Amino acid sequence: MKKNTTKLKKGLAQMFKGGVIMDVVTADEAKIAEDAGACAVMALERVPSDIRKDGGVARMSDPKLIKEIQKAVTIPVMAKVRIGHFVEAQILEALKVDYIDESEVLTPADERFHIVKTDFNVPFVCGCTYLGEALRRIDEGAMMMRTKGEAGTGNVVEAVRHARTVNDEIAMLQKAAAAKRKAWAEKERVPVALVNEVCKLGRLPIVNFAAGGIATPADAAMMMQLGVDGVFVGSGIFKSSHPEKRARSIVEATTHFKDADILAKVSEDLGDCMESKQISDLEHRYAERGW
Amino acid sequence: MQKEVGKLKIGVLALQGAFFEHVEILEKLGVQTSEVRTVEDLAGLDGLIIPGGESTTMNLLIGEIKKVMKKLPIFGTCAGAIILAQNFMDIEVERNAYGSQLDSFEDDFQFNGHNIHGIFIRAPKILKVGDGVEVLAKNSKDEIVLVREDRYLASTFHPELTEDTKIHEYFLDMIIQNS
Repeated sequence: MKKNTTKLKKGLAQMFKGGVIMDVVTADEAKIAEDAGACAVMALERVPSDIRKDGGVARMSDPKLIKEIQKAVTIPVMAKVRIGHFVEAQILEALKVDYIDESEVLTPADERFHIVKTDFNVPFVCGCTYLGEALRRIDEGAMMMRTKGEAGTGNVVEAVRHARTVNDEIAMLQKAAAAKRKAWAEKERVPVALVNEVCKLGRLPIVNFAAGGIATPADAAMMMQLGVDGVFVGSGIFKSSHPEKRARSIVEATTHFKDADILAKVSEDLGDCMESKQISDLEHRYAERGW
Repeated sequence: MQKEVGKLKIGVLALQGAFFEHVEILEKLGVQTSEVRTVEDLAGLDGLIIPGGESTTMNLLIGEIKKVMKKLPIFGTCAGAIILAQNFMDIEVERNAYGSQLDSFEDDFQFNGHNIHGIFIRAPKILKVGDGVEVLAKNSKDEIVLVREDRYLASTFHPELTEDTKIHEYFLDMIIQNS
């Protein structure tokens, strides 16, 4: 019998596909998310829009909160660590969270190194803005990917840009000659074998979700139509006027992402969106954190 | 008259989870496939697979499909097995019975004279089976992992995450024998 294998780590992410992973800051919110159909929850102290408002340093959540959330739900519980903060990751592993998000939404702890994720038994999800960044994270041991988008804005434009960029780069490399692929791999500091695998598959070799700015059912369905495997919703749910209803509608939209009649139905009468922001007005661009 | 494998049309419930992995295996076996998201998608199917994923999510989205799918042969893996236990099969299952992701495991065991490499991810346990339920396989810890009751087949592991098509072939054979 074997545990903590790559197959099992990638496999759990495969079980998330077609689903919505929701940010929650209390056990009550976690229960609401589960009842609305979330396929997993992300336990954190503050949602990204509050982190933006409060400023200062954002860190891993209090273990007490994570334990309360684990007790409240039966679905998988994820939690965030700062980029490079391998001790926060050790703590989350001791707490037996199901997935660790090495996240740019928290304040980075290391300016040179991301966490060596192959050192851990708990699998990791990481953010990316383009293909080279995604492949560097995969090379470090990430078992699931997500677009960074721009968290806490309610503005989907950055998630769209990142998803399109990854798609375009894969298409470009598929057409490229071997020498050009090799040069690209060297420039991006990733193994050429990994680049070749991506070209063969026509997609990332691990599950890839959208994240950062998804606020409506239409946003979720758009990201699905752009080819992602599922969506993370952060501030978009619990900072809206009717969290239960919005959560449920985003779940429905992620499943029925190609069915405009259903999308029209679930988009109806959801109340107010979270307070949203233009990217050009932001003081901090979280997507620029990490490399 | 018995149907040929190539004429079978098998749906995969595509509400949430690892449905595409089942589609790929069915295609490898030469079966016609379709993704099922609404009750209309069930028309013309010879059988249905309920994939792994989160059973709580699928239960919220399943709606009318549940009533209509009942008459079909159904193969449920992991979350799919839970849905079969909750609705149609005389088996008692405990959800997420092993613990967190750190307790997920790979294990080898025998089925019909074949070695099966089982992938168990936050897997359920089958605690009890009724009289009409046939136990088809147990894992190395002697836990029941594959059961059949009439036209329903349930596994607590994920055959769709390996290259081995044996369990899917058994399901197709079940359908053909009953046709």
